[in-house]
Order: sequence, then C-alpha cells, then structure tokens
Amino acid sequence: MNWRRALIAGAVAIPIIGLLRFGLTRDPRAIASPLPGRTAPAFDLAVFASGNGTFAPTRGERVRLNDLRGNVVVVNFWASWCLPCRDEHAQLSEMSTRYANRGVRFVGVVYNDVTANALRWIDEMGGQTYPALLDPGTRTAIDFGVYGVPETFFIGSDGTVASKFVGPIPASVLQQRIDSLLVAPVP
Amino acid sequence: MFSTRALAFSACVLLLCAFVRGGAVQARGQGRGDSANLERRTSAVASQLRCPVCQGLSIQDSPSELAVQMRGVVRDQLAAGRTPEEVKQYFVEKYGEWILLEPEAHGFNMLVYVLPLAAVIAGAAVVIVAVRRWSRPAPS
Repeated sequence: MNWRRALIAGAVAIPIIGLLRFGLTRDPRAIASPLPGRTAPAFDLAVFASGNGTFAPTRGERVRLNDLRGNVVVVNFWASWCLPCRDEHAQLSEMSTRYANRGVRFVGVVYNDVTANALRWIDEMGGQTYPALLDPGTRTAIDFGVYGVPETFFIGSDGTVASKFVGPIPASVLQQRIDSLLVAPVP
Repeated sequence: MFSTRALAFSACVLLLCAFVRGGAVQARGQGRGDSANLERRTSAVASQLRCPVCQGLSIQDSPSELAVQMRGVVRDQLAAGRTPEEVKQYFVEKYGEWILLEPEAHGFNMLVYVLPLAAVIAGAAVVIVAVRRWSRPAPS
C-alpha cells in the first residue's frame, strides 16, 4: 500500500509547503494599508519650515488638506533621526519643483521629532522645496496608518488616497505615481 | 440679642461652607472615579490592539512612543463618547484588521479558529486508529 502512504504524506506536506511559501515570501513587518481608494484623512497642521518652492506658506500658517482639493497631493512622513529619509530627500525636492506648475503639491509631515532637529536637518540637506508641517501627538500619522518613516502617500485631486509607498521612494516611482494621477504626464 | 443673632449667622455660614466643601470633595472623588474608569476602559481597548512597531505586543504593553501615542488616541476617543467597538473600528480603518491582536472570526480568519480544532480531531483519530491496530491480536 505504498501509494496510500504517498497520498497521506502528500496531503500533509503540500499544505505545509504552501503555508511556508506564503509566509516566507512576505515581509512580516509590512502592514497593508486599507487607505488606498478611500478619502484621505483630513489634516490641519502648522508650518514650521516654509521651504523655498512656489508653494511656501509662511511659518506658523496652517495647511489644510481640504484647501488643497483639486491638486494632486504628495504627503511625505519623515524625521531627522531617520536615515532612509536622507536617501529620498533630493528626489522629493526635485519632483516638487518639477511638478509645481502641474497642480501637484508636496508636504512633509514630521514624525516624532524635535522641531529644532528637524530644522537643522533641512538645513543640512540643503533646504527643501516644499513646506514641512508639525504633527503634535502624531495624530495625523496615526490617521494615515503610518508605522514608520519614511512613508509617502499619493492623494488624487478628488481627495482620494491613490497609493502609499513605504521606505525611501525612488525618483522613477515618484514620477510614475504622480503621472498616473495627472491627465497628461510631464514630457 | 445681638450675640444670639451673630451666633446664628456664624452657624449658617459654617454650615454653608461645610456643604460647599462637601460638594467639592464629592465632585473631586467623582472626577477621580471617572478618570480611573476611563483608564480601565482605555487599557481594555489598548490590550486588544497590536503595536505596529513591536513583535507581538499590544499597544497597552509596549513602551514605544507610537504605542503611547496610540493609547492617547484610544483614551481621547473613549472620553469623547465613542464605544470600544467604534475605537477599534477606527484603528482597523487606518491599519487594517492586522491591528487586532485577535482577528475577527469571519472569512479567511476562520482558519485560525478552525484549523487547531481540526488538527486536534485529526490527531485523535490517528491515535485511535493506531492503538486499535496495535491492540488487535496477531493472526495465528
């Protein structure tokens, strides 16, 4: 009755292999966001660094997501203590300038950080072309389901979250995601 | 005559003071009771929510900054009159069902509840069959 033994062994082994394959090919730290496809959580945050781009609200002014309706909004959560945030800073600043006249607004929301350190970091990085906002108590970050930095959210002109990127975002991904939200891509 | 009136007035003032003070103490006691009750309810909800930056810890048990801030959100929402279920639902809407330490028993999640029971039943069946086979008298 070898065929019966083989059948039982197969019936036991195949589900275990399937489970291992499922488990080992996933990042256990990744949390799938339920936000894409839903209206982005509204925020109303104070600017602590204006940035040197065309969208540069003054320090202390409040930036409300609802006021940006009609634009594609890129929300980047970052911190001065976050090393991967250094890797993406240049492309975020560059793309913010590149898309400024195309109805795209970038905002940086600082995550669990000290304002003085965040300001120093921006200086060290050679400035940035979009405003940086304070998030007291990390309430906005929790509203967006953030669990680490950097995390970048892409919000369509209708206020719906299109996608989220975890980790330092490459320029090509940044451009592709913005283009997909604009009617015609930048040449 | 004057001293009797003065005495009566003083007694009234003292009584009033005692009444006001008693009321304030009771209000403070009630405030402390409310606060302890809120903490208890916060802790009960926070114990059911997974800390996103830890390994298998609830936000109640984790000392991480994010967990502390999430507990603050739980506390504020409960204080604002939301039910524990509504608070949990808020976190599910932000982080998905992953945030619940005990997944809801529906759909694919049912496997978590059904598989261990099925494994125990299957194991028991194997043991019974094996014991019967071993205890069967050998053919002469």
